[in-house]
Amino acid sequence: MRYCVGIDLGSTTTKAVILDDDGEILGRGITNSRSNYEVARDVSVSEALIDARFGLVRQALATQGDAGDDADGLLNQLEQGFRESQYRRQLGLLCKVLKRLASDLPAPIVVASGGGCHGIADAPTCGSGGDVAAPSTPWEAAETILTQMQAEAGELFTEGSSRKSDFFRDLAGGLYLGLAEGEARRSGVPYDQLVGLYDKAILEVENEPPTDEDFGQHMAAALSNMAGATGPLERAVARAADTPLEQAVCVGTGYGRATLPFEKEHIRSEILCHGLGAHAMFPGTRTVLDIGGQDTKAIQVDDRGIVTSFQMNDRCAAGCGRYLGYIADEMNLGLHELGPLACESKRPVKINSTCTVFAGAELRERLSLGEERADILAGLHRSIVLRAMSLLARSGGVDDEFTFTGGVAKNPAAVNALAKLVHENYGELTLNISPDSIYTGALGAALFAFRSLADDVEADAAADDSVAASTPLTTGGTP
Amino acid sequence: MTPSDPSAHGGTSVTAAPAQKDDSQRQQKTMLAEHYHRLSQAESTGEKCVYTFVPGNLTELVRSFDLLPVLPEINALQSAMRGSSKDYISLAEKLGHSEDVCTYVKADVGMLRKGNVGPTGERLPDPDLLLLSYTGCFTFLKWFEILKEEYDCPVVMLHTPYQGDGVITDSMRKYVVDQIKQKVIPALEKVSGKAYDEERLREMLARSAKAEDDLVAVLESAKQTPSPIDSYFGGVYYIGPMFTAFRGTEAAVGYYQALRAEVEARAAAGQGPITPEGPMGEEKFRIVVEGPPNWTHFRQFWRMFSEEGAVVVASTYTKVGGVYDFGFRHDPDHPLETLADYCMGCYTNLNLPTRVDMISKYIEDYSADGLLINSVKSCNSFSAGQLMILREVEARTGRPGGFIESDLVDPRYFSEANIKNRLESYFQMIEQKRSGGAA
Repeated sequence: MRYCVGIDLGSTTTKAVILDDDGEILGRGITNSRSNYEVARDVSVSEALIDARFGLVRQALATQGDAGDDADGLLNQLEQGFRESQYRRQLGLLCKVLKRLASDLPAPIVVASGGGCHGIADAPTCGSGGDVAAPSTPWEAAETILTQMQAEAGELFTEGSSRKSDFFRDLAGGLYLGLAEGEARRSGVPYDQLVGLYDKAILEVENEPPTDEDFGQHMAAALSNMAGATGPLERAVARAADTPLEQAVCVGTGYGRATLPFEKEHIRSEILCHGLGAHAMFPGTRTVLDIGGQDTKAIQVDDRGIVTSFQMNDRCAAGCGRYLGYIADEMNLGLHELGPLACESKRPVKINSTCTVFAGAELRERLSLGEERADILAGLHRSIVLRAMSLLARSGGVDDEFTFTGGVAKNPAAVNALAKLVHENYGELTLNISPDSIYTGALGAALFAFRSLADDVEADAAADDSVAASTPLTTGGTP
Repeated sequence: MTPSDPSAHGGTSVTAAPAQKDDSQRQQKTMLAEHYHRLSQAESTGEKCVYTFVPGNLTELVRSFDLLPVLPEINALQSAMRGSSKDYISLAEKLGHSEDVCTYVKADVGMLRKGNVGPTGERLPDPDLLLLSYTGCFTFLKWFEILKEEYDCPVVMLHTPYQGDGVITDSMRKYVVDQIKQKVIPALEKVSGKAYDEERLREMLARSAKAEDDLVAVLESAKQTPSPIDSYFGGVYYIGPMFTAFRGTEAAVGYYQALRAEVEARAAAGQGPITPEGPMGEEKFRIVVEGPPNWTHFRQFWRMFSEEGAVVVASTYTKVGGVYDFGFRHDPDHPLETLADYCMGCYTNLNLPTRVDMISKYIEDYSADGLLINSVKSCNSFSAGQLMILREVEARTGRPGGFIESDLVDPRYFSEANIKNRLESYFQMIEQKRSGGAA
């Protein structure tokens, strides 16, 4: 199967969307790898291909019709198992890298027997660390932490479990740092040293994109851990794995677009991609607001998704996604926890700072005055939306329908503040938010890729003196 | 307003290849260098100097007294192109000038405090007179207040009434002429020790009109497709002699004749503009630009257009020192009245509806794809009302508008990634609109 891919190389995350030969969404992938755009592209496309293969498994199951009533439940179990296997593989990789980095540190004061990571796939095989009562080398301390993480890995992927993030960096980081505090006290290895080791190691780990081989292994691991009859699922997986996927056209957008070897005609501005992506998701869209990591974009589009006007923030990234990231760090919260907490506010505080760093200072000041965290957070969300309102006004206002995209559209407190302010300023109108809003730019890029493929087909057909049939453009699969 | 060398510029990214120039550009560079050299010798040769501003400058009158004009905005932008404005601005800020002050002013103050060494490396003379003609910019008033303190020299003020209603009335004209007669001419006589010679002024004004005809022919050559010139990045070279110290001189007449011949030859051959990177490739976009350029990253800025195949076919900035393409010419038969009309007719002295009319007409006459605004942080006289202009021009012409932001001479406000991103988005938006969404 030939596919088109759109890649949005953003400042915080990189997203990929794959369309099949009918222009339908086949898969989506995302990574927060920021080390370099080439890796980010590979990781996001690999993730999107995994998602695409899951889609093919779903299709195969439906075609077979032998999975019984609970095909969705089976698929869900399969995916959880797959993610757990992926996570364990990355833990193994983390272990290897940590060991190598720890061995580069100055010689420890007390020499204890080295160890491996017990039970961790791909981990270095070493002697047992269990006979050392109080490990005193950084590696031994890290090993103890990783062993514990490995033991707890399954809990992250049980049915109904909630994860703060789907990124390995966040998942493993949260656990590692929590365990490192206790381990530092117990072993005497400085906490900062353990954190430093992790910070270095994670860069290498997240820069390793999953391979096709890994896909088969994780699938096998997931299937083997499933209870009950898995025959239909195994057949569906085999069919999906046998479907060849061949990339036809790739279009890049986002800040990294120029650093990658995309051909000039395969680079599209994220303004156009967000406009087209939003149009594809919600064809009635006339105004798009995208709040990404360091950009806020207000875009006006016509009834074909063609951009007619736009405004972007300039010189200052206050009011963008990174602002929320900074606030989350200041409050020692996960990014995903900010919005729900702010929604609990009964009496939002007015935050006046438009500068991210000053807002941090104001936040601490408010906390010291005894203000509730939820109230302060509600104020911060309102303050970033106010900045977006200014850009919207400058771009030509808000027309019905209004579509909110980008990572910040996932934040319920930002959405509430936006809905309220838009209503106050522009009256009643439809506000669209897709659960996949973070993929809007990548979807737009994928659609541009799809169109260029259709153009090529038409050109070829014209060259053959035959009449080219126009390919209908659909974006099914998107809510 | 009159860069002399696009290969010399400040900013962070340095371009290795030498900038390509056409003959007129080399000639203009020589003229400017000679003028700076003459200024540097003024104290020994005994020539007197008048500092004044570009919009509404009275160059013919000043030169009819054998006085040499010095234009601080030109010094500031020239310094920026040579990479020295950053240090000048830092020094001015150390002296207490706020971050929000016009960066031309700060670059000038910093240069002055560092010994008043001009852009060509030669020291500039102290002013014998500050001729404050503040057409369309009230910062000029404060600027010369600062210079008066620094130099302790006489100031003569020419107040140019704003064209609030979009017309020049007889009483407005009389008001300016009276000031020229009663204030400006006596001050120039005093500094030069020479009597006002109206005949000489008439001769100079006749030469101005001749050069203005050629300049307009050059600017209007951009109506052709492909345009043989870039009317913004190239345009700032073309307006150089006209807007600065040379209007009314034989040198300017010669320069504009040569320039016109050069451009007409290019037009006849169907060639596009020469950019610093070489001859322009295929013309894909025809743009009208409003607002001054950024000078600290001039070459990179130009490249962002030329690489995308975008040619600026008309710009408002090239009208800041005089609007000639709507028929105005200096008129030797009415020497003081024509100077008054010239001052009041400069672009920044026009009200916003007139500016909208003018830009909309450019878009139609030059078959442009749309209007792009470069909004400059530290220039209120340009930036005020720009969003209104953009929306109004979009509505009238139905062609898409774009908006970017930078600064005149403060390199800290040139964010290359942001500007490039917006420009590419703008050009792709035009392309998408053209192809009805298929692009």
